Amino acid sequence: MAITRDEVEKVSLLARLLLKEPELEQMTGQLGAVLEYIALLDEVDTANVEPMAHPLDVVDAFRDDEVQPSLDRERALANAPNRDDECYRVPAVLGVT
Amino acid sequence: MISLLDHTATILLRQLQAGALSAVELAQAYMDQIDRCDGTVKAFLHIHADSVLEQAERIDRKRAAGQPVGRLAGLPVAVKDLLCQEGQLTTCASHMLGNFHPPYDATAIRKLKEADAVLLGRTNLDEFAMGGSTENSAFQKTTNPWDPQRIPGGSSGGSAACVAARMAPLAVGTDTGGSIRCPAALCGVTGLKPSYGRVSRFGLVAFASSLDQIGPIAQTAEDCALLLEVLAGHDPNDSTSVNRPVPAYSLAVRRPLVGLRLGLVREHFGEGLDGEVEQAVREAIRVYESLGATVAEVSLPHSRYAVATYYIIASCEASANLARYDGAHYGYRTKEPAMLDELKHQRKQLHEAGDSAGLEALDSALIRMYRCSRSEGFGLEVKRRVMLGTYALSAGYYDAYYLKALKVRRLIHRDFQEAFKGVDLIVGPVTPTPAYKLGEKADDPLAMYLFDLYTASTNLAGLPGIAVPCGFSTGRLPIGLHLQAPPFEDERLLRAATMFQQATDWHTAAP
Amino acid sequence: MTEPYVILIGLEVHVQLLTRSKLFCGCSTRFGAPPNTQTCPVCIGMPGSLPVINRQAVQLALRTAVALNCTIPRSTKWDRKQYFYPDLPKGYQISQYDLPLSHCGWLEISDPKGAFASKRVGITRAHLEEDAGKSMHDEAVGRADSRIDLNRAGTPLLEIVSEPDLRSPAEAKCYLTELKLLLGYLGVSDCNMQEGSLRVDANINLHVGTADGPVPTPIVEVKNMNSFRAVERALSYEAERQWRLWQELGVRLGEPGGHKTTRGWDEGRQATYEQRAKEESSDYRYFPDPDLLPVVLPEETVESVRASLGELPAALRARLETGYGITPYDADVLVNQGRALVDYYLAVADACGDGKTACNWIQQGVLRWLNDRQTTIDAYPVPATEFAALLKAVLAGELTTSRGREVLAEMIDHGETVEQAMKRLGIERVDEAELETLCRRLLEANPKIVAQVQAGKEKAVGSLIGQAKKHNPNADPGRVKDICLKLIAGM
Ligand SMILES: [Zn+2]
Repeated sequence: MAITRDEVEKVSLLARLLLKEPELEQMTGQLGAVLEYIALLDEVDTANVEPMAHPLDVVDAFRDDEVQPSLDRERALANAPNRDDECYRVPAVLGVT
Repeated sequence: MISLLDHTATILLRQLQAGALSAVELAQAYMDQIDRCDGTVKAFLHIHADSVLEQAERIDRKRAAGQPVGRLAGLPVAVKDLLCQEGQLTTCASHMLGNFHPPYDATAIRKLKEADAVLLGRTNLDEFAMGGSTENSAFQKTTNPWDPQRIPGGSSGGSAACVAARMAPLAVGTDTGGSIRCPAALCGVTGLKPSYGRVSRFGLVAFASSLDQIGPIAQTAEDCALLLEVLAGHDPNDSTSVNRPVPAYSLAVRRPLVGLRLGLVREHFGEGLDGEVEQAVREAIRVYESLGATVAEVSLPHSRYAVATYYIIASCEASANLARYDGAHYGYRTKEPAMLDELKHQRKQLHEAGDSAGLEALDSALIRMYRCSRSEGFGLEVKRRVMLGTYALSAGYYDAYYLKALKVRRLIHRDFQEAFKGVDLIVGPVTPTPAYKLGEKADDPLAMYLFDLYTASTNLAGLPGIAVPCGFSTGRLPIGLHLQAPPFEDERLLRAATMFQQATDWHTAAP
Repeated sequence: MTEPYVILIGLEVHVQLLTRSKLFCGCSTRFGAPPNTQTCPVCIGMPGSLPVINRQAVQLALRTAVALNCTIPRSTKWDRKQYFYPDLPKGYQISQYDLPLSHCGWLEISDPKGAFASKRVGITRAHLEEDAGKSMHDEAVGRADSRIDLNRAGTPLLEIVSEPDLRSPAEAKCYLTELKLLLGYLGVSDCNMQEGSLRVDANINLHVGTADGPVPTPIVEVKNMNSFRAVERALSYEAERQWRLWQELGVRLGEPGGHKTTRGWDEGRQATYEQRAKEESSDYRYFPDPDLLPVVLPEETVESVRASLGELPAALRARLETGYGITPYDADVLVNQGRALVDYYLAVADACGDGKTACNWIQQGVLRWLNDRQTTIDAYPVPATEFAALLKAVLAGELTTSRGREVLAEMIDHGETVEQAMKRLGIERVDEAELETLCRRLLEANPKIVAQVQAGKEKAVGSLIGQAKKHNPNADPGRVKDICLKLIAGM
């Protein structure tokens, strides 16, 4: 199952990456090689096999509904790349600009 | 005369407790060693230079005043730069977090502080733990203390190398597909990947949540037991940390296992295994036999699918775990004015060309901010895995990749269950070859992935696994022995490894 | 119905559950705190942080699901829904995808005025998920960027998805009203739309009758509706718009140009407008969250939740209608006020022995008062026992209805008992024997009138009433008349 350059470009948008040449070409080749290797799994008969998403078969880890102290706002915002006194700031959510 | 630095952590702790050695003396000795060696090894990303002696003094004062002290009181510990430490730079060896100071401690860090360990510094790794050579660090390439031309293994390469180079008696690593065991093997030290759920992941920056586990790296299995005892335990902040009592590993570790049954994995001794590695492993098994163990061949029929399965699952989880690095709330953000200028320029060009479809498809400022920040902040290997994971989870491919991998994972898990019906431990090589040269596999991600051939399935099944030094190649590169146990039989693993280390001296060799 | 089409509406309702802390961390869920003061590493999505499920959120969700007659699976799990948005700090929302906490339920709705027949609206599923933060666009300052407040990020939401069973905007509004009422009775949400604790998205399309059978028009998801009335209007607008569009273009669902679209409701213009979304944004790449364990919901837990639900609106209405003899409309009015008012009504009705009278008086005397003051029954100054005492006096004929109202007003104004209020108004209870003596004396003094009545002219007794009032101003005219007629008949 080879992956095309077009697909790689689409996936890069989905992953919010921006791949430019020659990175795009290189990525297409490398992902293609990995996918080719992964196709090895096709030979495994997995009919009637339960998927295993997690190594633990433990269930029910809860916490009680108790309020714990939140972070002081200054500490919460301390790592923000762009902020004001109260909020994180990001390029406009709406519209293009 | 044996130098202070050649002592195991267990012996150093005894000397500290006996008052024969002060924490300050010990810390100073390691700081001096770091000064001597780390210029070449480059194991540390940063050293807590201004606080190391302070921490040590505080512990000495506590001891002198007869106050109760923690279980590691005065022992220096190096920590992989993947665990959040309050107020300390925590980079994950990524430009993305080049300036990130977490407002909280990882549970493992909190436990080390409570145990009165002296936190030496933060060790290098492959960016976000993605890689097997520590070459994928955004900041520096760690070298193998046994040969500066070679990789230390990864992703906990800095932690393994600093123990090997005697720059720390104990180090904390993390293991997602072999990231503790591979570098431990390649650097000639002992490294334990505990059972999944044994150590809290809270504060461990996630690579693949269902596979990641924090574990100890040290000279001996006994030292690993000492550190695991502090790190292990249930944490209400991590739903996947299991609520089971923590055995007194450090007390149990010297009790030999009687009637030990070892299983030799037939599939691990085939094509791709270096001859010298095979020889060293087989010799190690003979040592066990001489200690009364019996050896049987076992089969893990799906082991050849482990790497493919691992790469799908790990990449899928990683693609989601790394979505948070988008330049919005913390971490790296692209330079906005330049980004906006470029966007404006592109819009103008498209407009002039009358390309309405192109204009339609052009990123908004927000989306472009995300894309630029992530592309500039992440290194190549991280991007490859994010791409692979995103692709494998995207509409139309989920069943073929992710779901398929989860099913094969079940089969791999069943293989182990079957095998453990007849044996107590599974034994084999950690890596197919000793340490390779820096840059050797840099352009071939697949070859790098295949280096995890023997270790990835441990994580898929949630088992504990340990790497123990068991010999050298003719080029005097360390070789590691891999032991795996059923879930939560970490103690059995540590006892078996200690049996071996009491009968051999590979672990005492220093570069 | 004269329109040659049927409207199909399904609603997606998000309600904030009434927990003290967030779904996966200990931050407070209190509304209205200054921006970014109720966050921690977990709800900011900081590297290394991990979620832990709030037990109470699961309990409240389960309560609702059981009340909505849903099937509860043996266990439920958590999934990551991935998309990039600055109010979603992890780049994914923890939600439930293919194994939700509940599915396949129903909610019965009926129109008390009978505009449509009562029906069961199917509930596709109800699942838990975390809320996102808030993005604010700062146009006023002339800055091009948005401000992000993560206080709300991680608040527990229950998403309740209905089947497309609703056939008119009125039915949709009725469903929402009934759902909100139910959630109030369950005590799981305060359903305050202004504070965003209840949000509604609607899916609507038409099935147009044609010679080849019904043809579906493209589905539209309508968003940004800030009240139930807005939902009703937006859906009416949208149904008409789709009908017009069908007549002009005839595009059916699934054809080119017939894919599902999203439109926002513009309250000012009273119209919907197209909201554009990038094509790729709908690829959410759901997969099980490896940080969380499944939640097991044993039969016993579900049964104990069921046993603890209490009487729900539908059952309560039925009990009021059959047990207290009031009309469905009146039962609806009372039940819609919430359990506390119903309890007040029940106490009054039981004590005075007349459900209808109690209902009338409560609607006139209590609801109006509460409504004028925008308050609830807890603030009503007359205890149910006194209210019942007043109604007893009225029912016994000791007070006329209008006198009774005056007494009630006094009771409210001065916080008095019935006795005290009557005294203040100078109303004295006239006891039956006293009244009979008075009547007997009047008849003896007026033999002409007695003769007239005996001759069949009952009205003649009227002049005695005036005389009785002169002797005793508290004498109830009706009672005087009744007693006189009775005495004459026995002569
Ligand atoms: Zn929080």
